Amino acid sequence: MTLVDYTKADAQKSTHVLVALVENKPGVLTRVASLFRRRGFNIESLTVGHTDNPAISRMTIVVDTSKTNAALVANNLFKLVNVIDVQDVTREPIVSRDLALIKVRTNSQTLFEVNQLVDIYRAKVVDICPESVIIEVTGPESKIESIVGMLKPYGILEMVRTGLVAMVRGSGYFSGLPPAEDNGNGNHSGNGSGTAIYEA
Amino acid sequence: MKRTGAQIVWESLLREGVDVVFGYPGGAIMPVYDALLDYPAVHHVLVRHEENAAFAAGGYARASGRVGVCMATSGPGATNLVTGLADAMLDSVPVVAITGQVASAFVGSDAFQETDVTGVTLPVTKHNYLVKNVAELPQVLKEAFYIARSGRPGPVLVDICKDVQFAATDFDYDAIRVRLPGYQPRTHGADRVIEQAAAYINDAKRPVILAGHGIILSGAHDELRRFAEQGNIPISTTLLGIGSIPESHPLNLRMMGMHGEAWANHAIQSADLLIALGMRFDDRVTGNLSSYAKNATVIHVDIDPAEINKNVLADVGIVGDVKTVLQQLLPLIEYRERREWFEQIAAWQQEARLRDIMTQQNHALHVPFVLSEIQRQVEPERVTVVTDVGQHQMWTAQYFRTVRKNGLLTSGGLGAMGFGIPAAIGASFARPDDEIWAIVGDGGFQMSLPELATIMQEQRPIKIAVMRNGYLGMVRQWQELIHNHRYSEVSISCPDLLKVAAAYGMMGMRAERPEEVAEVIAEARSHPGPVLMDFVVEQEVNVYPMVKPGQALHEMVRRPLANVDA
Repeated sequence: MTLVDYTKADAQKSTHVLVALVENKPGVLTRVASLFRRRGFNIESLTVGHTDNPAISRMTIVVDTSKTNAALVANNLFKLVNVIDVQDVTREPIVSRDLALIKVRTNSQTLFEVNQLVDIYRAKVVDICPESVIIEVTGPESKIESIVGMLKPYGILEMVRTGLVAMVRGSGYFSGLPPAEDNGNGNHSGNGSGTAIYEA
Repeated sequence: MKRTGAQIVWESLLREGVDVVFGYPGGAIMPVYDALLDYPAVHHVLVRHEENAAFAAGGYARASGRVGVCMATSGPGATNLVTGLADAMLDSVPVVAITGQVASAFVGSDAFQETDVTGVTLPVTKHNYLVKNVAELPQVLKEAFYIARSGRPGPVLVDICKDVQFAATDFDYDAIRVRLPGYQPRTHGADRVIEQAAAYINDAKRPVILAGHGIILSGAHDELRRFAEQGNIPISTTLLGIGSIPESHPLNLRMMGMHGEAWANHAIQSADLLIALGMRFDDRVTGNLSSYAKNATVIHVDIDPAEINKNVLADVGIVGDVKTVLQQLLPLIEYRERREWFEQIAAWQQEARLRDIMTQQNHALHVPFVLSEIQRQVEPERVTVVTDVGQHQMWTAQYFRTVRKNGLLTSGGLGAMGFGIPAAIGASFARPDDEIWAIVGDGGFQMSLPELATIMQEQRPIKIAVMRNGYLGMVRQWQELIHNHRYSEVSISCPDLLKVAAAYGMMGMRAERPEEVAEVIAEARSHPGPVLMDFVVEQEVNVYPMVKPGQALHEMVRRPLANVDA
């Protein structure tokens, strides 16, 4: 047999992106957070939001795979009754976006330079006052990190990021529509697409 | 038809086929207990501590294969259930726990006897519910039973606010549809991996089947036996896999792991193929993972995808119900002689027999001797043995040759002391025609001693054998072997068990020498009611073989050879 060594398994790439569809019920976020805590999973970011279906919320979870095996996270997430489906989209062509609001110190000399950076990064100034501006920037994480690096010398007073959200490109979709109803006396026969994650 | 929440609880239980409930009443569950009076078809067993209600429900479920039900009030009643739920969680036992909660308007206000029970039990349940609206209650109960018994079974807790128990709603249980879009246990293995697995099995020179609790939970006893016989493959079982195949079966190498048979551990370490069926490579089974079965290809069958590649990387991972998967595999498995492999195993077995404690005649009373005597007297197909946790548990696994399907009930994953007696109570309701033996140590016995009253009140004919050595034996063994003989808080006194038995109105007996054992057991068996037996056993005896923590599975500490010790 081979020893399970998660530290080497994903050494090349340090993060995986999981997308989970969950039932929009009280306590679901607690169940997910409790799972991560008790299994000792290392998570970079977790975002939750509505979908077009009011009964379903969507989570995007970025796993630090230098410390945690993403398939183990996905399979454990899938075990939660309220989690409808989980996809590892890391190797898929995806659109991924992070949004940051950055409050930067400015004065009459630096405002022009900051504005130029905002233009270059296709960001937006959404608030302005004599001592500072708030910049809104959207994009992949690398872009956010890049503009943050450029703004640092001017003095970042405050920053908030939403964490990553992701969607696979193309016409395929991941909506987690409930399977056919069941009378509860037998096993479900749903699409079960999420269970295929582990198989080599 | 309209029913109150309290009535819905009992109506739902009846429709789920529940005829016995283990519980303890209290303020927030009083409407349910009031309604109980109108449902005589359900027998309620009043335990003496809620923890034992959960253990008893687990014992009932383990023995019957059906969902066990326990019940408690809010706050302290519910928190007392936690250990029993954790036990059911780790051993995949189907249990539904019903707890009362303060009225929905008071939830979150630190009301009297309020505890966030769904929060507290979140990590120790498969799923749980807080019901604040009576309209949800029938649906929740139906889902709870479905989740508890399907897929990888486990405990489900339903916390019901007191006002919900009073409120009424329309009730038609049979019309309820379970809608769980995120819960679809898979039973069939994928064809591609089934074929891959069969090819590995037919090619293997030194294969071992690792049979776990999953065999019992899915009722795959016959499939396991046919699979092993058809391919001519030896089986080793986990602690909870005992009872999946008779201990007397020639292909059964018996238990593996920390206190497993030496030849079984050697076989696993030398194997070229491990076929893991419904087991999870627990650390007590593998020893040090980095040196575990280094030359073996691993086929891992489990209904829970999260178990595959958790501790041991599987070359072939099959997610499915082990009974179904074995049925899929059977037509593909071919007979192989494997003579060298079986000769090698036989040689290991020969060597181990010389170290057997039963060959070492020194006139002291040893637990294995008592167990062998019980075994000699009982009807093998009609006895259920329930153990507590510790040395006596390991000796029971080693020396009581379970023949009955699922004949050994024990707390495996959690290793919860105090499990034995309440679980035996549960088992006695599930198997009224079986002789129920509770094998317990003097430590665990004193944890669940109040349940003697329950046994008497319910007149359960349980034969309780206390193996009294005056020590917390397994902890003492570790202190002797690992902590350099420094005994810390392991010496334990015990009340006079004959007087204890008398105080509870129970028959009590004692044996201090080997020659007294047979008569005590015979007399206990002939008595129709419960019996408390006090076996005064050797104080400082160790369970061998032993794989010390961190050691490789084949690096066992062995009992000295017989002629050295005699």
